[in-house]
Amino acid sequence: MAKIHVSTTINGDAVEFLCEPEETLLDVLRDGLGLTGSKEGCSSGDCGACSVLLDGRLVCACLVMGAELGGCEVETIEAMAHGDVLHPLQSKFIEHAALQCGVCTPGILVAAKALLDKNPDPSETEVRYWLAGNLCRCTGYDKIVRAVLDAAADMRGS
Amino acid sequence: MAKDTDTGADTGYMGGDKELKWVGTRPPRPDGVDKVTGRAKFGADFYVPGMLIGKVLRSPHPHALIKSIDTSKAEALTGVKAVLTRDDFGDRSSEFVPAGEMMVNYRDIVRNVMAREKALYEGHAVAAVAATSNAIAKQALKLIEVDYEPLPHVIDAVEAMKPDAPLLHEDMITDGVEPAPTKPSNVAKRVEFTIGDVEAGFAAADVVIERAFDTSPVHQAYIEPHACVASVSEDGQAELWTTTQGHYVARAHCARLLDMDISKIRVTASEIGGGFGGKTVVYLEPLALGLSRKACQPVKMVMSRDEVFRASGPTSGAHMKIKVGATKDGKITAGQAELIYQAGAFQGSPVQPGAMCAFAPYDLENVKVVGWDVVTNRPKVAAYRAPGAPISEYAVECVIDELAKRLGIDPIDLRLANAAKEGTRAAYGPKFGPIGLVESLEQAKAHPHYQAPLGPNQGRGVASGFWFNIGGETCASLIVNEDGTAALTLGTPDIGGSRASLCMMAAEELGIEYDRVRPIIADTASLGYTFLTGGSRATFSSGLAVIEAARDVVRQLCERAAKIWEIPTDAVEWADGTAKPAGANAGDFEPMSLAAIAAIAGKTGGPVVGHAQINAQGAAPSFGTHLVDVEVDRETGRVTVLRYTVLQDAGKAIHPAYVEGQFQGGAVQGIGWALNEEYIYGPDGKLENAGFLDYRIPVASDVPMIDTVIVEVPNPRHPYGVRGVGETPIIPPMAAIANAIENALGIRFTELPMSPPRVLKAIDEMAAAE
Repeated sequence: MAKIHVSTTINGDAVEFLCEPEETLLDVLRDGLGLTGSKEGCSSGDCGACSVLLDGRLVCACLVMGAELGGCEVETIEAMAHGDVLHPLQSKFIEHAALQCGVCTPGILVAAKALLDKNPDPSETEVRYWLAGNLCRCTGYDKIVRAVLDAAADMRGS
Repeated sequence: MAKDTDTGADTGYMGGDKELKWVGTRPPRPDGVDKVTGRAKFGADFYVPGMLIGKVLRSPHPHALIKSIDTSKAEALTGVKAVLTRDDFGDRSSEFVPAGEMMVNYRDIVRNVMAREKALYEGHAVAAVAATSNAIAKQALKLIEVDYEPLPHVIDAVEAMKPDAPLLHEDMITDGVEPAPTKPSNVAKRVEFTIGDVEAGFAAADVVIERAFDTSPVHQAYIEPHACVASVSEDGQAELWTTTQGHYVARAHCARLLDMDISKIRVTASEIGGGFGGKTVVYLEPLALGLSRKACQPVKMVMSRDEVFRASGPTSGAHMKIKVGATKDGKITAGQAELIYQAGAFQGSPVQPGAMCAFAPYDLENVKVVGWDVVTNRPKVAAYRAPGAPISEYAVECVIDELAKRLGIDPIDLRLANAAKEGTRAAYGPKFGPIGLVESLEQAKAHPHYQAPLGPNQGRGVASGFWFNIGGETCASLIVNEDGTAALTLGTPDIGGSRASLCMMAAEELGIEYDRVRPIIADTASLGYTFLTGGSRATFSSGLAVIEAARDVVRQLCERAAKIWEIPTDAVEWADGTAKPAGANAGDFEPMSLAAIAAIAGKTGGPVVGHAQINAQGAAPSFGTHLVDVEVDRETGRVTVLRYTVLQDAGKAIHPAYVEGQFQGGAVQGIGWALNEEYIYGPDGKLENAGFLDYRIPVASDVPMIDTVIVEVPNPRHPYGVRGVGETPIIPPMAAIANAIENALGIRFTELPMSPPRVLKAIDEMAAAE
C-alpha cells in the first residue's frame, strides 16, 4: 500500500512526513522524525509513557494514527524546555528526585503540564487522578505528586 | 585471586564524626536534565543506519513437541535478511552461573531464548526473523511453518509435583533428595535449612499456629520493554546496545550462547527503564546478535508489552505451610516452613533465598525450612527485587501477627522480644554484624502513625523484612582532567539515581565540588568486568570502587605535590581538597588544590587517573519495618491504603532522596502484589491478562503518600557505612496489608492478591456464617 503524505505542526514547526496506514503517531514521532522522548510502554493506551498534546488535548500517541494528523498541532516532551530554561515541572522533578529510571518521566511531565494549564491549583487528589493514566513502577508516585504540587505553587507565585 | 582484603585496609567505616560535605545531601542527579527533556536514550531509542527489524515467532501452545520448523517461505520473502531457529544454536551442558542473587543454567538459557525439543510455555520463542521493515518481519513470521504436537500442560506447582503430572523435562531428577529418585519429575530441587530441634521447640510452646499460604506469580512490570540493537560485522566484531541491569553479564551470556570470543562483543548499556531483577537475564540479545551475524546488518529488536508478560520472567507463585510456636510470654520457640515455589519452564526459582530469609528477622534456636523448586508450563521466572524473600517472609509475618493476637501482645513488642540483632545466628548460617531491625521496630512503635486513631472498617498492620544484599566484582576509574574536573567511569548501569550517589562519594573523597565530577557508564570494552546492578549492590559495590579509585587519585596528587615541593611523599597530606605539608617539619608551602596540581600534571609525571578493581566484600543486610492503615469497602471488597510508613536501615544514606525513593517504590510494588497483581491462566494454559489493563499495577490514585524514616546503623565494612537498600522495601508490604485487613475485618487472608472479588467473597461468607 502506498504511503500517506501528511502535513502537520510538531512543536511549532511545520512538518511533512510519509507514513504507512497502520503507523501510529508514536511510530511517526519515534521512527520517522527521531523524536524519541515519547516512549512506548504498552502500545495500548494503558501506560501513558507516550503522552503528547494533540491540539492541546492530552492523548496517548500510540492510540492516534499518523494519517490522522493533517493540519493538527502536536506538542511533545521535546518542546517543554525553552532554550536552556527548563519548565518549572522539569526543574521540580529533578529537585524532588521524582524519577528513578526516568522512562515514564516524559509522559508524566506532558500530562502534568496539561493539568496545570487547565488547573493551576490542583489538590493532591486531583493530581493523583489526573496522573492515574501514567504508570510509574519505580517511585510509588510520592515524589512525583509532590513535585507537581510544588511546581504548581511556584508557577502561581510567579 | 580477589580476597576479602581487596577493598583495602583503608576502606573500613570511618566513623560517624567526620564532617561530610556531600554525603547525606540531596544534589540534583547528573542525568536529571537528560531524563526530564526526553533526551536520555533508552533501549528502544537507538537507531542505526541500515538497521533491520527483528521479530520473534512464539509458541501458541503451553506445552508441545516441536516436530519440525520450515522457514523456507519466510526466507524467500523479499526483504527478509535472516531467520533463526534452534538449529542456529549449539546445545549447552548444564552449568550454573550467577545472575544477580539467582543462578542461571546455560543448558536452560539456550532453550529459553529459542525452544529446542519442545515449546514449554505459551510465548516461548520458536523462531526469529530480521527484515527490512516491521511489516515484512511480521509477514515473515506468518510464513514460518511449525509442526507442533501439543502435549498436556501443567500450570500449578502442586499439580506439577504429582506423579502423573505432565513432565516438562524427561531427564530431570530431583536434586537434594537422598537417596536420589529413580524417576524423573517436575521437582528440580529440594533445599533445607535447619538449626536446633523444631520438635523440641514446638513441645516447649504454649501456642502453636500453623497456616497454609498461596501467592500468585507477579511481574516486575518495568515500564520499558526489553529492547536492543546488535551489529555484527563480516569479521565477527559485534556491537550490542541493550537495556540491561548488567552489560558484562549480558556479554558473557551472549558469548557463550553464540560461541563468540568475549573480546569480540562490545556491549553498551542504554539508559534502563526499570528492571527490578527482570533485566539480569538475556532474551532478545542473543537473537539480535545471531540475526545480525547472518545478515551482516544491524538488527533492532523490541518486545511488545504482550511479549514482556508472556515471555519474560515474572517471579514465582508459591504454596507454603508455616508453623510457629511460642510461650505465653511471647518467646518464639520454633519456626518451621515448607515452601513450594514454581520456577516456570526451567529450574531455578528463588526458593533457596526464600528459605534462607523466611525466619531471618528472628533470633530463633529452632528452625527448619524445606523448599521445593518446581517447573511448570509458564515463563521461566527471573529475579524480582529480593527474589524469593517477599513470598516466604509474607507468610511468616502473617503468622507472627496471628501469634501476637493470640497471645495478647502488641505485634511490635512480640517482634522486639524475638528480633535478630548483632550476634544472632541466622538459620542459614552466618552471625549478623550490627543490624537495624530493633531500631526500625522501636522507631515504628514511637511513630505518630502507630498511635493515630482508626475509623470504622479500618485496620492497621505491621510487618518486618530482611534481605542479604551483595557485593562482588566491580571496577571504577576516576580521571582527573587538566582543568581540575573529573570523569568518573562506572560499570553498574544506573537504574535509579546511583550516578548521583557515586559522584557524591567521589567529590567527598577528593574534596571538590559535586558538579565537577561527571559520570559515565562505560561500555564493556572501556572498563573491567563489573557485575550487574542488582542485589542492592550498585551504590555499595561501585561506591567502594569509587572510593578506592578516589584514594588512588589522592595518593597520586600527594606524590605530585611532593615532587613539586621536593619533599618526601609521606610529608604531604590531603585535606579540604588540597595537598598540604603534613606538619611544620615538612616545610612551608602554600597548599595546592586538585586543579592546581592537575594543571601542571604533564610536567610532574603525566595524567592523574585513579583505578579500582575489586571484589567488593562486606555487604551488610538491611532490615525494615512497615506500618500500614487500610480501609475495606464492604460493598465492593476494595481495600484502600490510607496511610503507609516505611522504616528501614540504610546504614548511611548517601543521597537520602533516592533512598526514600527506593523505600517508596518498593512499598508501592508490594501494595500491587498484595492487592491486585497476579498472572491469570485459562484452562488452556494461556495467560489471560498479558497487558497493563488487566494486569493492574498501582496507579497514582491507588496510593497515598509513602512516609519514610531512614534508620542509620552503619555498615562497619563501608567507609560511609552504606548498606544496600533497594530490595528490602518490597518484602513487608504483603503481610503488613494482610495484617491490616485482618485488623479491620477479623478475617485472615492467606492468599495473594487480596483483590476485591476475594475480599468481597470472604466478607459475604462471614456475613452468611453470622
